Amino acid sequence: MLVSLNWLKDYVDIELTSEELAHRLTMAGLEVDDVRTVRPNFSGVVVAKILSVRPHPSADRLSLCDVTDGTETYKIVCGAKNIAAGDIVPLARVGAVIPGGYTIKSSVLRGEKSDGMLCSEAELEIGEDESGIMHLPAELSLGISLEKALHIEDTVFDVNVTPNRSDCLCMIGIAREVSAITGQPMKLPAIKMTETSEDINTLTSVQIIDDDACPRYTARIIKNVEIRPSPVWMKSRLEAAGLRSINNIVDVTNFVMLEMGQPLHAFDFRFLEEGRIVVRKSRDNETFTSLDEKQRVLPPDTLLICDGVKPVAIGGIMGGLNSEVKEDTGTILLESAYFHPTSIRRSARKLGMPTDAAFRFERGIDPEGVVKALNRAAQLMADLSDGSVCKNYIDVYPRQVPAAQNIPLRLERIHQIIGADIKAEDVLKILKAISMGVQDQGRGSYLVTPPTCRVDITREIDLIEEVIRLYGYDLVPMTLPNVSVSEQEPIARLDLEERIRQLMISGGFTEVVNYSFGTPVAADTLSLRDGDERRNVVKIKNPLGEELSAMRTTMIFGLLDTARRNANNGSFDLRIFEIGRIFIAGQAGELPREKNILAGLLTGKVTEDFWDAANPIDFYHMKGCLENIFRDLKINHSRYVPSAEETFLHPGKACKIMLDEKQLGWAGEVHPDIKEKFDLKNCAYVFEINLDLLSALALNSRIFFQELSKFPAVTRDAAFVIPEQTEADAMLDAIRQQKEDLLETISIFDVYKGKGLPEGTKSLGLRFSYRAADRTLTDAEAGAIHEKIVQKTVASTGAKIRS
Amino acid sequence: MINKLQQLEKDALAELAAAKTEDQFLNIKTKYLGRKGLLTGLLRNIAQVSDEEKPLFGKLCNEVKNSLNAKIDEVLQQQASRNREDILSREKIDVTLPGKYVPSGRIHPVVQIRREICSVFASFGFSIVEGPEIELDYYNFEALNIPKDHPARDMQDTFYIEDNIVLRTHTSPVQVRVMEKIQPPLRILSPGKVYRRDSDVSHTPMFHQIEGLLVDKGVTFADLKGILTAFLKKIFGDGTMLRFRPSFFPFTEPSAEVDIHCVMCGGNGCRVCGQSGWLEILGSGMVDPEVFKNVHYDPEVYTGFAFGLGLERIAMLKYGISDIRLFFENDIRFLKQF
Repeated sequence: MLVSLNWLKDYVDIELTSEELAHRLTMAGLEVDDVRTVRPNFSGVVVAKILSVRPHPSADRLSLCDVTDGTETYKIVCGAKNIAAGDIVPLARVGAVIPGGYTIKSSVLRGEKSDGMLCSEAELEIGEDESGIMHLPAELSLGISLEKALHIEDTVFDVNVTPNRSDCLCMIGIAREVSAITGQPMKLPAIKMTETSEDINTLTSVQIIDDDACPRYTARIIKNVEIRPSPVWMKSRLEAAGLRSINNIVDVTNFVMLEMGQPLHAFDFRFLEEGRIVVRKSRDNETFTSLDEKQRVLPPDTLLICDGVKPVAIGGIMGGLNSEVKEDTGTILLESAYFHPTSIRRSARKLGMPTDAAFRFERGIDPEGVVKALNRAAQLMADLSDGSVCKNYIDVYPRQVPAAQNIPLRLERIHQIIGADIKAEDVLKILKAISMGVQDQGRGSYLVTPPTCRVDITREIDLIEEVIRLYGYDLVPMTLPNVSVSEQEPIARLDLEERIRQLMISGGFTEVVNYSFGTPVAADTLSLRDGDERRNVVKIKNPLGEELSAMRTTMIFGLLDTARRNANNGSFDLRIFEIGRIFIAGQAGELPREKNILAGLLTGKVTEDFWDAANPIDFYHMKGCLENIFRDLKINHSRYVPSAEETFLHPGKACKIMLDEKQLGWAGEVHPDIKEKFDLKNCAYVFEINLDLLSALALNSRIFFQELSKFPAVTRDAAFVIPEQTEADAMLDAIRQQKEDLLETISIFDVYKGKGLPEGTKSLGLRFSYRAADRTLTDAEAGAIHEKIVQKTVASTGAKIRS
Repeated sequence: MINKLQQLEKDALAELAAAKTEDQFLNIKTKYLGRKGLLTGLLRNIAQVSDEEKPLFGKLCNEVKNSLNAKIDEVLQQQASRNREDILSREKIDVTLPGKYVPSGRIHPVVQIRREICSVFASFGFSIVEGPEIELDYYNFEALNIPKDHPARDMQDTFYIEDNIVLRTHTSPVQVRVMEKIQPPLRILSPGKVYRRDSDVSHTPMFHQIEGLLVDKGVTFADLKGILTAFLKKIFGDGTMLRFRPSFFPFTEPSAEVDIHCVMCGGNGCRVCGQSGWLEILGSGMVDPEVFKNVHYDPEVYTGFAFGLGLERIAMLKYGISDIRLFFENDIRFLKQF
């Protein structure tokens, strides 16, 4: 909320500098986001009085004036018609600067000397009126600068009022805080008005049908108003608060709302059919055109202010076009009401009309401030429009708005919460400064009744907060809590993630974080099959855009998209990984399933900008990374099973990653069709691993120390010629199944296809390492075992030995 | 005979001096000292030496043999080291070429900040807890004292999945879920992704938060100040100036916003801090009794504090990043800087 310092000073004296005031307000919970100094676009313009006006001897349109600033008299040539002796006007003396950067000089106009210029509102950019010289209030002292006289020089604070502090959504509310902080007394505006003999009750009536939503409705009638622009002081007040001046009547409603926090509405009484007010909820499909000239179908339960026949305003939100104050309006029905916060909030949301009035009503206004604001506005309207206020006001108050009373407050509880030794007298002083009624019950116990504007205070803890915020957070000491042992079990998966993260980066992978939501067509783009659970997408009802409307069911789309964006930036060599969640929709009303996933993508060269070789990344680089993770986790039985299940992978270069008969994930080369969709030049390899599953299974892996043999190993090689389609694992399995104790390790040292081998076959070179724990194996012994293993393998697999 | 021996030694030394290659050295060795060599030949003829001269001759023969042997070994050694130097001088490489290694990757900057913060709080005895990112309205709002139709809901524009299911707008619902299951004392930290319907230079619809909660008997606002001050000094440095000021969160009361002196201007006022000299860094407060009631903790017995902070904001301040969207564009040139 924008708060003008000049305006604030109407209600409380302020001696602090604006910086100090901003700091003090901030430290009391009214955060000042910005402090802005407002200066006029002119200088050297003063308040002056016209002593005489006579025609210019040689120009019909000009007049000659004698003008005084209280000390000297100036001869001024003026072209305006609306001046007369005795008028108080702004005078730009020689040397003054007016908007546009013009410096006033002494000049001669048609033979007559002119030592300055009388100014219009428009010329000074104070207002829009350019019809003539601006007239100033007669009580201003001559010679003082115009910016001082009109309070044009101002400081505006942008105060961030938290949702609980509805009482601070007005100048008087902020002034109350200033008063509580500085101890300066409040200066509330005196409300005095002369009522005519005509009683409002003879002119109109108010009937509340829905008293849940409208517990209180008050009204006054002001007659014989003359609609015209507001005076400059009013305009500058509204402008400082960020509102545009409209006319004297509408401006008063806004002014009083900003001053006292009570939204008001002025109806042109002649458009109220049957001359009365009825407050009710909307009917089915009722339509209404509000002041913003938009016609809306009203949602059910919208509170309406109606006349005897039709709606004339959306209660607490916006008035109607049909009863708007117009240039020829003569009689005003002024509304000041209390609307129920929840009702207003619901309607304002449904209608999409977050108006200033709705903003205040939904946060809760002072139910006892309704009449004060009504009277204040009636008085100002009469003053500014030469109108007359009818006798009495209507106050229909069928339902008492609950106000907190006698809230118990214990000094001991303050200490328990705050941990500072705040004295009883300090507590009482603070409560008094914010107008709390306090009954001392003895033994540090009190009953506290907040002022009705403090609708946020209903409990002891609310009072404690008031005490501590005005006591000063700064004065609370700093301590450390006593240590108690927490029983919280650590989450195993998080340790696993940290370990994997470390392995991934040492393997050259960089971590990315993609949005958890993306395009709903991701499943189609990846050609996922019908019935794939990743097609059970969780949709956001109110997304920022269609392309961000579906919670991801796989991380691959995000990684491919990241690769595409990087390729656009010229980065083609990537090793990236992401750890995050995917979301699978369940039954309506249930929370979706969330799975923790590790996903990776490799594309381009093994290392970027390598001066020696430019090996493209292949499947086995990716597999090596995965093996490395399993090795680190002491998992030595993970399996890679060829699989063409994932439709977005190359069917011949993809596998499932298995552990203990459970599928942990998959890995493979991105299908060429998909690669094209993401504009990738190079082959890309991707994988996903379910971390929930992995952490559950990894828990079971334990380390058992194996004795180190003191005896040397004997190695023997053998090359098996096998069909090209036979997998290496099949051969290794055939050998492992023989369970030869002395065979310590077996590794693949060569895979060969081509010249010298029959078409459709390949040679698999295996290295066998034999070792005994208790003796040195002789060549002969090792040779015999090796021969036996090779023969058995040949027999069981049909492989041939390559000679 | 002795003369012959002396002549033989002289000849051998002369030949050695003239020799250049390893082969020549070895040939000389064979010629003089080999089994059929000249020195051996002389020794074989020892019969021709008079008896009284025999001991002397034998001794001299041995001396010559040893000295020649030593000399030949020496030149051989010299030759070997000359050869090695030759080879080495031809094998010079360009050490300024880049090394061959897969350069290590980088951890996402936001994750780095998360690790740092979690480890500071781990040292204060906090342990990490988790909860769903898609959350029931109850946990995200109602249990945290944010009823339906309450203006406080405006503080966080929410993504809805269904009327009662939302993308969590903060990590605070985790504290409710944990408190429902576990009795105090409690020191927990819940890091994670959160979602708000907002997008500009300083807002992304997804970002990361860490929320902490400490509940026990006798926990005070002074403790909140103590722990959070210790934490912020660890993250931003011992000399960091900070202030606690009143604020409003529906689930804490009293609530405090914590500001640090602007990291860019040191408190003098600049564009980053909006001329105020202060930067809002985290929100905190004493857990509202209403929240305790919702999880059946007795607010008269237990008190506690909670705090929450946005990780991107901290990363932006720490690294001088002005556009939050960079964190999620995942441009490798950006990520490699951290």
